[in-house]
Amino acid sequence: MRTPREHFRLVVKYTPFHSRTVAANELNLWHRWRDYSVADAYFDVSLEYTALRNTCAVFDISPMTKHRITGPDALAFMNRLVTRDVAKIKPGRVGYAVWCDEQGQVVDDGTIFHLSPGVYRLCSQERQLDWLHTARLGFDVTVVEETEDVAALSLQGPTSCATLCALGLTGIETLTPFGMRTFAFGEAELLVSRTGFTGDLGYELWIDPAHAEALWDALFEAGNLYGIRPLGTHALDIARIEAGYIQAGVDFLPADHAIRADRTRSPFELDLAWLVDFSKPHFTGRRALLAEQSRGSRYRLVRLDVAGNKPATDAYVYDAKRRVVGTVTSAVWSPMSKASIALASVAMPHGAVGTPLWAEIYYQKELKWNRTNVECTVLAGPSYDPPRRKVTPAPMR
Amino acid sequence: MTKRIIIVGAGHNGLVCAAYLARAGREVLVLEANAQVGGAAVTRTFAPGYQVPAVAHLLYGFDPAIERELQLRQHGFTDAKSRVLTVALNPDGAPLVHDGREVVSGLSHAEDRQAFTDFMHKMRRLAALLKRQHGRTPPQLTWASWRDAWPLVRLALQMRLLGRADMRELLRMITMPMHDVLEESFAGDLLKGALAVDAVLGTKLGPRSGNTVLNFLHRYTGASAPRVPVGGMGAVSESLASAARAAGVQIRLGARVAAINIESGRATGVTLASGEVIAASTVVSGADPKTTFERLVGLQYLEAELARRIHHMRCEGTAAKLHVALRALPQFKGVDAALVGERLLIAPSALYVDEAFNPAKYGEYSTDPIVEISIPSIADPTLAPAGHHVLSAIVQYAPAHLNGGWEAQRAAFEARVLAVLERYAPGFGSHIVATELLTPADLETQFGLRGGHWHHGELTLDQYLTLRPVPGLGHYATPVQALYLCGAGCHPGGGVMGRAGRNAARVVLQGGVS
Repeated sequence: MRTPREHFRLVVKYTPFHSRTVAANELNLWHRWRDYSVADAYFDVSLEYTALRNTCAVFDISPMTKHRITGPDALAFMNRLVTRDVAKIKPGRVGYAVWCDEQGQVVDDGTIFHLSPGVYRLCSQERQLDWLHTARLGFDVTVVEETEDVAALSLQGPTSCATLCALGLTGIETLTPFGMRTFAFGEAELLVSRTGFTGDLGYELWIDPAHAEALWDALFEAGNLYGIRPLGTHALDIARIEAGYIQAGVDFLPADHAIRADRTRSPFELDLAWLVDFSKPHFTGRRALLAEQSRGSRYRLVRLDVAGNKPATDAYVYDAKRRVVGTVTSAVWSPMSKASIALASVAMPHGAVGTPLWAEIYYQKELKWNRTNVECTVLAGPSYDPPRRKVTPAPMR
Repeated sequence: MTKRIIIVGAGHNGLVCAAYLARAGREVLVLEANAQVGGAAVTRTFAPGYQVPAVAHLLYGFDPAIERELQLRQHGFTDAKSRVLTVALNPDGAPLVHDGREVVSGLSHAEDRQAFTDFMHKMRRLAALLKRQHGRTPPQLTWASWRDAWPLVRLALQMRLLGRADMRELLRMITMPMHDVLEESFAGDLLKGALAVDAVLGTKLGPRSGNTVLNFLHRYTGASAPRVPVGGMGAVSESLASAARAAGVQIRLGARVAAINIESGRATGVTLASGEVIAASTVVSGADPKTTFERLVGLQYLEAELARRIHHMRCEGTAAKLHVALRALPQFKGVDAALVGERLLIAPSALYVDEAFNPAKYGEYSTDPIVEISIPSIADPTLAPAGHHVLSAIVQYAPAHLNGGWEAQRAAFEARVLAVLERYAPGFGSHIVATELLTPADLETQFGLRGGHWHHGELTLDQYLTLRPVPGLGHYATPVQALYLCGAGCHPGGGVMGRAGRNAARVVLQGGVS
């Protein structure tokens, strides 16, 4: 039963874990994710990040937009929606996907959970109900927004598996990456998927909001000896840039938000060619992407190792002849690789792996602005990709 | 691999397209669901011995180029009546008669005489600009080169070349409701009622709706007065079929296309309702866009946004067709016997038309509908037994999506229309031998017109020129490779003109893509 819709009275929404995140938020720093109030940081960004990379950390992902797709045409609908072949995502599996508009420009990215045969959950950064209702014309499917009906935590880091074992999730170590499994949690059913946004070993936990607070408490109790800490958005952002993951609204503009045609990006232009499958049934954007494939892309997403120690935030990217060829979309000092790294979008044909680019970085020292032009190396892959991310059984350390 | 081109539907546009493709040396197969060619331009028997044009009954803008190029005269096409007059029936006296250029008789206000002549002259000049676009593929709104931009530039130039006064008038009036234009131009109710009909017939618009001036102009892009072919509208289609067959086209009747087959984004042929699969290198659909994509292709083969645009395309018909077999010629009040064979209108004022429209907005039929009457058996006695006649009437407004459905209300509606006819032609009921009412729902099931819309989609600026039927399909080619549209849902739209078919054939031959 849904509660009466009183949401319009609220200026801000709170996640099902709010009582716990408030208690944990020693800094009292908050921002909005969609309509929800979530923590920037709980006690110290660096220490939260350190916990994430060395023990484990918990991030509240409840605000993530979630839709449930069911009905006889659910698979056909999902396949027409996204660029990858959803038939290959078997029940009990999760897949990363992007979906495009008719120009082949990315509307959003997200994960598809094949919950049970023909029942899908689509998680996304942006609101998608309108898009999904457009896409469902001609299909016998039901699309329901279930963002508020599911509470979710992301538990990430080297001791995440050990923590879940301590929580009593027997056999969790045998769960393969992008797999999911359900466990009993008191009266409730707890769905655990081996997924995340940090590039490390990690899990996402999905539960009825009524049991959210109990889950938080049990998790922190189980993880006490495994160094569990709450994780805010700032620390997560460092991790996701290290992992080379793109974010909607930051590294690409959702196509349905764009006014200017050259501001959007195709999957090819976001280094997501592996997600585009022309051999599967028709999907929105297919024609445009086929044309792009034969014509060539306009842009390329590159992962950069930036010389020096200054984060190249919002920097212009230059070629060897000092012409502007692109901009940095995400940049951070990476504690793991001890390097300044960045994600950038550059015009073709620039940005081939191994070729040099330059970033123009502005930085302030005691209220004085300085400018530096530093060389960048185009990396072949993410800066941070530990083997344990993919190993099964997952390490317990 | 086959080189066969399949045309879905032997409507007039399908036949025109087929004939041109065959004349260019292509192998063409036309598949028609019904037992006769013609689509909505057919003559058929509705009671033993009585034949009528079953849907369209007057010929307005049939493309003279097609008539010439396909040598339709040699294939049996002749006018039974070339300049049909419009007779606006008057419940209280003499009717108003005009020929599309001048008022012939029956004016209630003397000042309307010159006003009408001037008005129609102006409308013909403006309509001529629209007409010039008919034979062309609509301009592209985005372009890769100046060559692509030229059609749009040319349209702008042609508009400018109308001269300052006419260009202003065109821009001022093109979105206006006809009612407002009539009010500023004329005094007489009968005249305004007759012109209001020309602005709304076949649409779900009333005279106070925007875009009705556009519809009026569209009607007059053809000719200032309609004509009637010998053998009714079906004869147009028969002559087109004959010309197409002479060019090598194969036409299969009773072959209902159930699906257009798609493989890897390309049309590969069709599957008939019988289950038979016929391969083709190209498929051209004469069916309306909604039928083509929602039923024959399947929206899943389109991009989501295009599917949405097609889903929301406006095509609810409001025009029903009434056929009456008569044992004698009816006497219309105040109408000279010599005028009974003309185009008779029941729409005594613009207000009457507007009030007829009101119920349609809410899913109800007009209790006092507008009626356009043609008695084709006067000019063409072959349509009825000797001394008998057939009356063909377009009755509006009868919305396709009637509250409660048509089955329960068709008898009541028919009785209502006959009562209206009786009012204008006392004794009418005593001449009736048989009747047939085709509601928009019937037009959909019997003629495949989605929503029973005569023009395959409302003809308003948002569904006009490049935007017809919907943005992204404005150039006959579709996003499905080797699938084209050629029906009235495409530019330049409804009316038995044949231009969509001719334009589509050109695009197919050029291998155009959307």
